[in-house]
Amino acid sequence: MGCFSENSKLMEHFNNPHNVGDMENPDAIGHVGNAQCGDIMELYLKIENEIIVDAKFKTFGCAAAIASTSVLTDLVKGKSLSKALNISNKEIKEMLGKMPAHKYHCTMLAADALKDAIKKYKEKDETK
Amino acid sequence: MKKVYLDYAATTPVHKKVKKAMEPYFSDNFANPATLHQFGQDAKIGLDKARKRVANFIGAKSKEVIFTSGGSESDNLALKGVFFKLTQNKDFTPHIITSAIEHSAIINTCNFLKKRGAKVSYIKPDKNGLINPDDIKKEINKNTTIVSIMHANNEVGTIEPIKEIGKIIANVKKNRQVNNNDTPIYFHTDAVQTLGHIPINIDDLGVDMLTLSAHKLYGPKGVGALFVREGVELEPLIHAGEQERERRGSTHNTPGIIGLAKAIDIADSEMKEEKERLINLRNYFLQEIKNSIKRVQLNGHPNKRLPNNLNVTIKGVEGEALLMSLDEAGIAVSTGSACSSTRLIPSHVLMAMGMSHLRAHSSIRFSMGKYTKKKDIDYVVKQLKPIVKRLREISPLK
Repeated sequence: MGCFSENSKLMEHFNNPHNVGDMENPDAIGHVGNAQCGDIMELYLKIENEIIVDAKFKTFGCAAAIASTSVLTDLVKGKSLSKALNISNKEIKEMLGKMPAHKYHCTMLAADALKDAIKKYKEKDETK
Repeated sequence: MKKVYLDYAATTPVHKKVKKAMEPYFSDNFANPATLHQFGQDAKIGLDKARKRVANFIGAKSKEVIFTSGGSESDNLALKGVFFKLTQNKDFTPHIITSAIEHSAIINTCNFLKKRGAKVSYIKPDKNGLINPDDIKKEINKNTTIVSIMHANNEVGTIEPIKEIGKIIANVKKNRQVNNNDTPIYFHTDAVQTLGHIPINIDDLGVDMLTLSAHKLYGPKGVGALFVREGVELEPLIHAGEQERERRGSTHNTPGIIGLAKAIDIADSEMKEEKERLINLRNYFLQEIKNSIKRVQLNGHPNKRLPNNLNVTIKGVEGEALLMSLDEAGIAVSTGSACSSTRLIPSHVLMAMGMSHLRAHSSIRFSMGKYTKKKDIDYVVKQLKPIVKRLREISPLK
């Protein structure tokens, strides 16, 4: 639809995003974006023995931003923290299919949300 | 699926009667109106009539109308044309006053002229998008040669006090005459959004130049006009033949010009009723949105606004996501939020009005037109409610 292809993975994730919502007592929270650029992503992770066992998100942003975070939560579930850190925006982009080049930054932002969450988790761990 | 087009401020469909009026000028009455043979003279009759029609509609003389390729060219011609004329063989730094909420055709032309040495003042509006004439008065100095303020804003619909500004400029002209200052000062307005929606009279407004476009009022794309008051001197942008009294070269777009005149004809006969109908429909629309959705704010002036424009912020909902969801429901709208890596900053108009980034990113513009009916509005409101609920559930903003 519009600047995205109809029935694409992107529109599917936009219309029915996976893992939307709050999480009770998350072990890590990733927060990226700001009001100025108009994309704000929040990623919540449950982590047990260095494995991401659950992921949820909330996003204020365009269809590509919402779809990117949705795909990200699918990708991280069940992954160890070290493996999760290897998830790149390229992977997110490939899972969403074709999108205009000016939307690539949404996939980057989602990848950054994950990095931010893991970084904060590790910092918290060190201070324990 | 039901389709509802609510982006008339972007462009409008060509009216059937306009298309019909244009038709003979493509292949039958096709000749170049600048030629001397009968073929050309037949086309010239149509051209002259169209020019008279356009001029009459705004209270101008035929010779004061320059046909162009559209609103953007007219804006460029007004500003650059005067600037180039005034700086020819002269060590003179013109000062231009404009607003911070102009169309890109004015803003970017001013930015260009700044690089060529012009001094430019960008006047900020109040929170409703209204320019204060006193702010312009204070900014005028002895080198001020162009004041360009739009008649109504394309995004938020606010109608600017052109007449009041016109009076200020008229006074400056008088004072300069008394003081033997022969620097001219010209007042230009971009009336692309108001043409055919509200009455326009160049003497009433007190303008020296006025930009018009056909495709915003059910005319064809690629044609517009610039009214240039007798005595205003400008350098052409397109140097070519002697068309348009040597102010705009190039063979006339006769079918387009005929289309512009016909579109004006239709607007003239329908404007009064249509204006009332759209104002009522818009007020109903806003009330219905407010009845079904919480935390909605109107953007732009509450009553000094275009009859067909409704711009609102729906808190917690990003404009582009909303646009895309409405698009899936067959509804076409526009937003001040730009989610792209090249331009992440929201609309310059909303920012100049002092809005927060978040409010601007959550703005949506509905612009209605001739074919918008009450049942279309009911459909949009019905679709809007669950979409807003869904996007708010996804949003981390409270």
